[in-house]
Amino acid sequence: METLTQFLAMGGYAAFVWPALAIAAGVMTGLLIQSLRFLRAREKELAKLGGDNDARRGSRS
Amino acid sequence: MRRFILIVGRELRLAYRQGGDAGLAVAFFVIAAALFPLGIGPEEQLLSRIAAGVVWVTALLAVLLALERLFQTDFEDGTLDLLALSPLPLELVVLAKCLANWLLTGAPLLIAAPIIAVLLHMKTEGLVILTASMLLGTPTLSLIGSIGAALTVGARRGGVLLSLLLLPLYVPVLIFGVSAVDQAVAGMGGKPELLILGAFLAAALPLAPWAAAAALRQAVE
Amino acid sequence: MHRFANPARFLRISAVILPWAVGLAALFIATGLYFALFASPPDYQQGESVRIMYVHVPSAWMASFVYGGLALTSAIALVWKHPLAHVAAKAMSPIGACFTFMALATGSLWGKPMWGTWWVWDARLTSVLILFFLYLGHMALLNAFEDSSRGERAAAVLALVGAINLPIIHWSVEWWNTLHQPASIFRMGGPTIDSAMLIPLFLMALGYTAYFVVVLILRMRGELLARKIRVIRMARVTGAEHLSASRATS
Repeated sequence: METLTQFLAMGGYAAFVWPALAIAAGVMTGLLIQSLRFLRAREKELAKLGGDNDARRGSRS
Repeated sequence: MRRFILIVGRELRLAYRQGGDAGLAVAFFVIAAALFPLGIGPEEQLLSRIAAGVVWVTALLAVLLALERLFQTDFEDGTLDLLALSPLPLELVVLAKCLANWLLTGAPLLIAAPIIAVLLHMKTEGLVILTASMLLGTPTLSLIGSIGAALTVGARRGGVLLSLLLLPLYVPVLIFGVSAVDQAVAGMGGKPELLILGAFLAAALPLAPWAAAAALRQAVE
Repeated sequence: MHRFANPARFLRISAVILPWAVGLAALFIATGLYFALFASPPDYQQGESVRIMYVHVPSAWMASFVYGGLALTSAIALVWKHPLAHVAAKAMSPIGACFTFMALATGSLWGKPMWGTWWVWDARLTSVLILFFLYLGHMALLNAFEDSSRGERAAAVLALVGAINLPIIHWSVEWWNTLHQPASIFRMGGPTIDSAMLIPLFLMALGYTAYFVVVLILRMRGELLARKIRVIRMARVTGAEHLSASRATS
């Protein structure tokens, strides 16, 4: 337990170290999630358009 | 050469008819510079410490204001397409417009700046160097500005975007313009800084019109 | 459809690379963090605050590295008009902006305990700040036009202009600093870095690079799909017009 509190205290620099790590983790995770959602949204839209395309082709023939 | 002068003349006449680009730039410069003593306090020593910086930054912003319209009206009414097709190379067209822009904004500032500097209690040793630094620096600002104006012509929110793009690029000119004055006031002449400003101008004269013309061609494609 | 020939190959190759990149990123970052937080010593002078260096320095490296990539792809886009170059540039600048923001924020948090100040206007920090503005300007320019290809070409020119200006800005600020601040020299991580500290540093750098590849692939794939969607939509509109026009005349 002592070593855990020691670890969290970061030699007195906790107020600087943990926010820095949190910012790094937060930014990188946020960017990753946003990029994934961007890709998924496009994939869904393309699938929808592809589905419409087939339906149209069917009705026109 | 004749076509070049024609374009410069056209720019000046249009500006005259549309009522005073020159006046507006100088007016903004004076008002903005006047805000600093009002914001910071009239203490003479403090003002004279920041006078060079205040004059240069507000001059820079004044030049920036006029740049928005460098290509915009011509783009909107189709003149830009015609200019791109003219026998005069587009690079020279850009250079002509930069010259006109400078005559309308930078050159009047050369007169207003020393006056404002005196009001901001700049030491007299700095005044001549200030004018010299602005003589070398403001044309560079117009030239670099033409690149930004060409990139953002026809863009949404073009004015704000132009500032965002240009202000980082203006930093070297600003630094050496102010340093020249500070060095002169400190008794060390300021010549090296003026030489560097001259080098910036010499580099900008061929490079900026080339980059701006490339950007303009993308706009009229 | 030959326009999509290259992009199709990219989509296939990237689908193969992506899982490897994800694995490598997770591996390197996990081991890097282990070494950074547990298996490396505190600094002689900075104590535990040196641990910030392990997230700060790699992000600063990436911020510059991505800008180099951005300048390169912009040059390729303008000179050789490679179809993927604009896609890559568009995908890269948000990543570079994020790394630059991380570098600035973590650097500030590292600077306060180390040098007693949140910020200092020296050449390196000022240049990184301006790099951040360049990224933002690039992203803004990309989205500033109705015609997106105009935005891409303008942004490519901006990226190159910025690449030339960044060293000039760095040098100018350095000159200015020698006039105003003859004394202090800020060395990142002290005069020499202990080899025990190099390990987590390089692990994190490798991890960040693999992460960059992951996010770049995701964003490029998304952008390519967005283009496909646009083309299909355009074809729809012109096809429908063609259809209704022929129906009107028949």
